[in-house]
Amino acid sequence: MSLGSVPLKYKVTIDREQCMHCMRCIDNCSYGVYHKEDDRIIIDSRKCTACHHCISMCPRDAISLKERPVDYRSHPLWTAEAREDIINQARTGKIILAGMGNAKPYPVIFDRLVLDACQVTNPSIDPLREPMELRTYLGKKPSRLEIDKKDNGDIELKTKLTPNLKLETPIMIGHMSYGAISLNAQLSLAKAVEKTGTFMGTGEGGLHEAIYPYQKNMIVQVASGRFGVDINYLERGAAIEIKIGQGAKPGIGGHLPGEKVCQDVSCTRMIPLGSDAISPAPHHDIYSIEDLAQLVRSLKEATEWKKPVFVKIAAVHNAAAISAGIARSSADAVVIDGFRGGSGATPKVFRDNVGIPIEAAVASVDQKLKDQGIRNKISVIASGGIRNSADIAKSIALGADAVYIGTGALIAMGCRVCGQCYRGMCPWGIATQRPDLVERLDPEVESEHVANLIRSWTLELSELMGAAGINSIESLRSNRSRLRGYMLDEGTLDVLQVKPVGA
Amino acid sequence: MEKVEIDAKGMHYTPLNEMIREAVRNGAKEIILDNVIGQRFIADGLKADVTIRINGVAGGDLGMFMNGPTCIVNGNCDHAPGNTMDGGTIVIHGSAGDAAAHSMRGGKLFVKNNIGYRGGIHMKQYEEERKPVLVVGGSSHAFLGEYMAGGLILVLGIGQEDPAKDRGIGSGIHGGMIVIRGEVKDELLGVGARKAEFGEKELEMITPYVEEFCKYFDTEPSGLLDMNYTCIVPASTRPFAGKYTWE
Ligand code: SF4
Ligand code: SF4
Repeated sequence: MSLGSVPLKYKVTIDREQCMHCMRCIDNCSYGVYHKEDDRIIIDSRKCTACHHCISMCPRDAISLKERPVDYRSHPLWTAEAREDIINQARTGKIILAGMGNAKPYPVIFDRLVLDACQVTNPSIDPLREPMELRTYLGKKPSRLEIDKKDNGDIELKTKLTPNLKLETPIMIGHMSYGAISLNAQLSLAKAVEKTGTFMGTGEGGLHEAIYPYQKNMIVQVASGRFGVDINYLERGAAIEIKIGQGAKPGIGGHLPGEKVCQDVSCTRMIPLGSDAISPAPHHDIYSIEDLAQLVRSLKEATEWKKPVFVKIAAVHNAAAISAGIARSSADAVVIDGFRGGSGATPKVFRDNVGIPIEAAVASVDQKLKDQGIRNKISVIASGGIRNSADIAKSIALGADAVYIGTGALIAMGCRVCGQCYRGMCPWGIATQRPDLVERLDPEVESEHVANLIRSWTLELSELMGAAGINSIESLRSNRSRLRGYMLDEGTLDVLQVKPVGA
Repeated sequence: MEKVEIDAKGMHYTPLNEMIREAVRNGAKEIILDNVIGQRFIADGLKADVTIRINGVAGGDLGMFMNGPTCIVNGNCDHAPGNTMDGGTIVIHGSAGDAAAHSMRGGKLFVKNNIGYRGGIHMKQYEEERKPVLVVGGSSHAFLGEYMAGGLILVLGIGQEDPAKDRGIGSGIHGGMIVIRGEVKDELLGVGARKAEFGEKELEMITPYVEEFCKYFDTEPSGLLDMNYTCIVPASTRPFAGKYTWE
């Protein structure tokens, strides 16, 4: 007896009265939902991923899409998803692969934190007429400055400063590799960070030649697979990031399915064409915090101590202790990637169940570093599930110096969070290497969209700061008195070191 | 200034590397480092056409990210010599620690005696023109050539009964080739690795590297150039493709 098929996930319909038979939907759908039979457009809803490309391109707004038109017997425990996953695994015996971030309805701590504002005393600041300081320096800060006063009145800084990364806004774009996303997508992001005076991560796929003109805005990544890593790559980056873990899959490595390893990706990564790119969980030269320090120092030594080195870890329960170790390893920044972080391909069970929220991780890391008197030795970058400028302001108030955005930047380029990135057929030309699909993404246009997003969030940030009577981002950092918890339990408030509303 | 001598006694690796870079900038073609005792990162990221003779024991990550130089170690070497090396040659007149040739992308590493665990892990290759080579005179330990994506690992097993001692050979291998002198028991192979025939073509392929090894270490190649080798290659370029299904 066969298990049969599970019901389709989405139901696509065309308003036949509206439709003008232009056939654009057929051309637009890379998943093959539409085809033509005689003169009629036939719809295979089962193939639909809700990527919305057809909807956005239909000149007549004739297409509609509904989620889950078929009900199961309702059950609070055995949800339709739980049942369908079992059917899938009973049929295949395999690990379920998924894309994008955690898709479980955990409560979002950000949404239970409110920012404060000034009323009457300590008046708010009007960002329209007052300068707001959003410039952010990432890297070590000296504990104290030693200054030499000359006889002629000049002063000279005696303390040797370590290289810092200078950002015009505390918003950066996180690491999405060439391979996971297309070259046009990377180019769009690169142009956007150049326009807005900030930085983006290359991901672990190396640096394609086309990105070289933007290298001064690039943070080059070194992951366990060491794809595309050579001395020129390290020298090109404005900073270097060691990837230990990723929020969407703490404890496991990276995996780029062979479908996406085209000629150019194979060349940039130095792996055979069409083979899986495997970056295993551990770096095989790191088995202790001392080994990590060794890798940090080897990267600094290779680049003559001229570049900041970041270490990225997934938000896990001992992130604070690990970060304290990282702070002592010569690293300049620690990136904490929360459990809502995106992913091109990850086992679903990891994406939805492993790790902790970024809000709690950042707060505990910041607190631990302060308790140990080493907060100035390292910057903290928060990433994983940041959806708007309020999330950014809250992250900074919880202790981050800056944030990485990922999915948000992709949405600005068209992504509809359909979660099918690992299939390599992204109709928006983002998570694909298929030339006809990549072509759909125009780096000129999309870079402006991404830059606009960064600009608008930066504007909103200054408004939020002004309302709180703060004119410098440094005064917002770790300023938890600007936050109150709303309907958060005592334990969580304690970890966040935030008072409840009304207190 | 063709030849420069540096006494590394008691020196930290950063000033030592600075002196090496300075010598290279001044046109040195040969640099002799005396009294090396565990300094890490020697020649880290160095791009040059220079020979560095290291007298003593080199520390971890010798020649990491290096592109071009030749490093000759008169002594043993700590872990990961040739780590993510791009080009050049490392010759070790002794043994090396774990993760020798980690992620090596080009160039050659010759170890006279033995290496530790995870030798040649993640070695990479781009087509035929960029092929890293690791040659071990003695034996290797577990997880040799793990996740290997390209290149050649050659274990000669000179004076050894069992040149590849432990399990996990080539686990996750998806490119390149591991050649081990003598028989290798099936149970020592890792997931994704399989034995392939060692024939005339393979012998011809390894011959120049065997000869180069013998040249460095003053040995006779004749006894090593026969068919007594086991060849290990990827079972597939996608060892984990069958592990996943779609959401
Ligand atoms: S794109 Fe819209 S108008 Fe054109 S054929 Fe499809 S449904 Fe009809
Ligand atoms: S990048 Fe493309 S495939 Fe991935 S979620 Fe967005 S639209 Fe879907």
